[in-house]
Amino acid sequence: MTQYVVLSAILFTIGCVGVLTRRNAIVVFMCVELMLNACNLAFVAFARQHGNLDGQITAFFVMVVAAAEVVIGLAIIMTIFRTRRSASVDDASLLKY
Amino acid sequence: MTFWLLAPIMVAAALGILFVRKAVHAALLLAVVMISLAFLYAVLDAPFLFAVQIIVYTGAILMLFLFVMMLIGVDASDSVVETIRGQRAMAVVLGLVFGAVLVVGLGQVTLGTVVGLDAANEGGNVPAIANILFSKYVFAFEATSALLITAALGAMVLAHRERLTPKATQADLAAQRLRDYADHGKHLGPLPSPGVYARHNAVDTPALLPDGTAAESSVSRVLAARGTVRSAPAMADDIDDVRRQLGGLDGHSDPATMPETSGKAGTPASTEEDEK
Amino acid sequence: MNLLSHSVLLAGLPTAEGGAHAPVVAPDTAAGGVFDLLWLVIGLPLLGAVLLLAVAPFLPASVRETFDRRGHLVGTAAAVASFVLSLVLFLALLGRGEEERQVGQHLYTWFETGSLSVGMDLLYDQLAALFLLLITGVGSLIHVYAIGYMEHDPRRRRFFGYLNLFVAAMLTLILSANFVGLFLGWEGVGLASYLLIGFWQHKPSAAAAAKKAFVINRVGDIGLSLAIALMFATFGTTDFAGVSEHAGDASQDTLTALGLLLLLGACGKSAQVPLQAWLLDAMEGPTPVSALIHAATMVTAGVYLVVRANFIFELAPIAQTAVVVVATVTLLWGAILGCAKDDIKKALAGSTMSQIGYMMLAAGLGPVGYPFAIFHLLTHGFFKANMFLGAGSVMHGMDDDVDMRHYGALNKAMPVTFLTFAMGYLAIIGFPGFSGFWSKDRIIETALADNLLVGLLAMLGAGITAFYMTRLMLMTFFTEKRWEADVHPHESPKVMTVPLVVLAALSVLGGVLLLGDWIVNWLEPVTGHAEHHEPPLPALVITLLIVGVVAIGIAAAWFLVGKRDVPREAPRDVSFATRAARADLYGDAINDAVVVRPGASLVGGLTTFDRVGVDGVVEGGSAAVGGLSNVMRRLQNGFVRSYALSLLGGALLVVLALLAVNLG
Repeated sequence: MTQYVVLSAILFTIGCVGVLTRRNAIVVFMCVELMLNACNLAFVAFARQHGNLDGQITAFFVMVVAAAEVVIGLAIIMTIFRTRRSASVDDASLLKY
Repeated sequence: MTFWLLAPIMVAAALGILFVRKAVHAALLLAVVMISLAFLYAVLDAPFLFAVQIIVYTGAILMLFLFVMMLIGVDASDSVVETIRGQRAMAVVLGLVFGAVLVVGLGQVTLGTVVGLDAANEGGNVPAIANILFSKYVFAFEATSALLITAALGAMVLAHRERLTPKATQADLAAQRLRDYADHGKHLGPLPSPGVYARHNAVDTPALLPDGTAAESSVSRVLAARGTVRSAPAMADDIDDVRRQLGGLDGHSDPATMPETSGKAGTPASTEEDEK
Repeated sequence: MNLLSHSVLLAGLPTAEGGAHAPVVAPDTAAGGVFDLLWLVIGLPLLGAVLLLAVAPFLPASVRETFDRRGHLVGTAAAVASFVLSLVLFLALLGRGEEERQVGQHLYTWFETGSLSVGMDLLYDQLAALFLLLITGVGSLIHVYAIGYMEHDPRRRRFFGYLNLFVAAMLTLILSANFVGLFLGWEGVGLASYLLIGFWQHKPSAAAAAKKAFVINRVGDIGLSLAIALMFATFGTTDFAGVSEHAGDASQDTLTALGLLLLLGACGKSAQVPLQAWLLDAMEGPTPVSALIHAATMVTAGVYLVVRANFIFELAPIAQTAVVVVATVTLLWGAILGCAKDDIKKALAGSTMSQIGYMMLAAGLGPVGYPFAIFHLLTHGFFKANMFLGAGSVMHGMDDDVDMRHYGALNKAMPVTFLTFAMGYLAIIGFPGFSGFWSKDRIIETALADNLLVGLLAMLGAGITAFYMTRLMLMTFFTEKRWEADVHPHESPKVMTVPLVVLAALSVLGGVLLLGDWIVNWLEPVTGHAEHHEPPLPALVITLLIVGVVAIGIAAAWFLVGKRDVPREAPRDVSFATRAARADLYGDAINDAVVVRPGASLVGGLTTFDRVGVDGVVEGGSAAVGGLSNVMRRLQNGFVRSYALSLLGGALLVVLALLAVNLG
């Protein structure tokens, strides 16, 4: 079972690095999804480890929330793109010192 | 076994996301990871999640990504130059340390024997999940419904664009067209259709004018900009070939079979090479 | 009305100590009859003040104009009505037996907090009766006089409002049956004094003088308010009756402190050294004000306080000695000032200071002196008001010139003023038979019996008084005329001379109060029985000595002033003593050096410390935070990915911590 959790950790870390290094907002978003998926994997693995379905339910909820989040996030990206003609997260940097 | 097969693929695809320059490729690599995950769910005795992962995640969410990408430009590819000083190096270092700490930490944990879901899934995984979802987690479930509605409304509000000018009516459009004709001599009628030939009709081939020249306005400007327009004169040889073949058969061949045979001759491929 | 007319019998208290100490001041007879109207004595002038000051400005324009033109009649009527009522009350008191001559009236409970309950109680006794007559009587005369004096002042309505306010406050001071009520009146007269000194507020000197008087009076008021607080802390009450009953129970130190604090209060109000500096400047006010407030009544409030609080001073010999010392110094101080001043009002003000010194001296001598203090207070009220009004009449005729060097030979131009002034003059120098003779003579006699040095100094003061009053008289009414050609001295109108005549008569006849020791016996229930001390010399000899000293003073003035030409400009090359006296004996300089400049330096030092030290720390702290923030804000670079990086760093730390705890 450990191998699943380790795989989850690796995927999570890769997602993290992706969020930090990619500049295209959509790709950043995908990396966030990757991190969520990695967590889901851990949940499902632990559900099997402990023999109850709570982990799977949680993974299910994570998916629902992720769906809602993607809808809003992509709408925001659209709006920003519409006004700024750019999907780069670095361009939206007016809110600073 | 399935795990050891899928895990390297997933890690490789995930790493690919970090390095590919086009967002579309990243989306495809993510799809690979997600579908692999779906299989892992199946292996982990979660058939319901297996289905949901494929249908909702890969089918809906990832498609939404692709739609948005289409709206804001598919070709837009990231520049590889890092603009924030030290960001990339720090990200990599921190990411490596974080991953190493997680893996090492998890390696230290002894999980004990696996209980397995056989007992829990008795009577089927989906009814078992439904049992918990509509009893123990019913409030959370209802809350997610509110969340989804809010998200839908929010997306609509965000995506809505106020119309700043009145919408052009049919009459306005007709008047504008006539004005353009009067001022610039712009063609009044519809644009000519692209070329239509016996063996090859396509939107990327311009129509031929009576004098044998290509009608530029009969193909989409997008295709012209991409440089994928076939030129009619270049096709002339094909026509001669066809005519020769027809002539070789003394005009008694079955017209229905001809395109197939000519297609098998691989001429389209050769034309593409001619272009280059 | 029902409440007000409800007079009660304040608890009759038995004599606490018996004998000379702590005499009873508790009212021990019920009010009733005409005494129910006691509150009206204060109420009438107060009503006048309210009408003229608070109501009139809000009336419709036509009515207001009437008030502006005729308002002085309202004020005068209120004062006169109050005087008539006082007279009736006095006669009613005379009609009672000696045991029933203390009448209390409880108007309402002023405030009640914890164990302190202060009632608006009035106490009408022999002492208050005399004061009432003086204040309302002289006050009425001065009101009448001011009608003429202020005739051309556009703000006459307001002036009379202030005068009425003063009278009401002064009567409150006198009639109150407890120290808190007395303090109310005390502050009221201070306010009225401030308003009236600065009445001509367009003159910077008047505005400054008003402020000076107010500020110096605050010093004294602190003493009085602390004394009241100490009284409450010690005795649990501030009623005269309660305090006099329990005074014997308090420790000697407390009583001494009380006495000294009360003396401080008295010094402020009565312009005694060291709080004397304001009185001469207070002459910036209109002359009726100088006559009423700064000669006849308000400045004698300190004497009243000491006499009223005799039950405390009797038990605090140290405080009593302090009173005598302060009084003797002031007596000479004021007299010396009077010798050098060319401003007629300031010369008279110095004289006032000196005469109050006499009263304080008598008040400091104990029960044997109290009646004479009050006696001198009354006669001084008459002759000094008379002379101030006379001075006002002279100024009125001389186009408001106050410099005596510009007068001379006015006895022909202003016969009435001259004659009335002369009565006052003879009274103050103690010419045999005039009122001042009787009062001052008895004070010096008593002082000699008590302490030879003090007595001799008081006698010296009498000689100096004779000198400077003669000088003033000569420079004003005799010698060569020195006024400018365009000045036409003329006699004042009747409305001004009639009060002068009345006051002159009182100055002459004031001595009748002493007939058969009437005033001593009259006041004895309040001030306590005096054991008579035999003076070191027979009384007749002392009297002759005093008259001799006075004669020397007059002769000196005659030879130094009357026989010589008086220059129009004050000579510059004069002796040190004259220079010092002209500079108020450097009273202002001393205040400046002892209080003002150290205070200013202290405040300057504190502000510097505040600016450099406190502000430095505060602003340095804020600057440090600001600088740090300026550096730190660079972290807020606006790049989401930077923030995400810090987030990952934080998550890493959390995971490390978890691992350290769980596996370490």
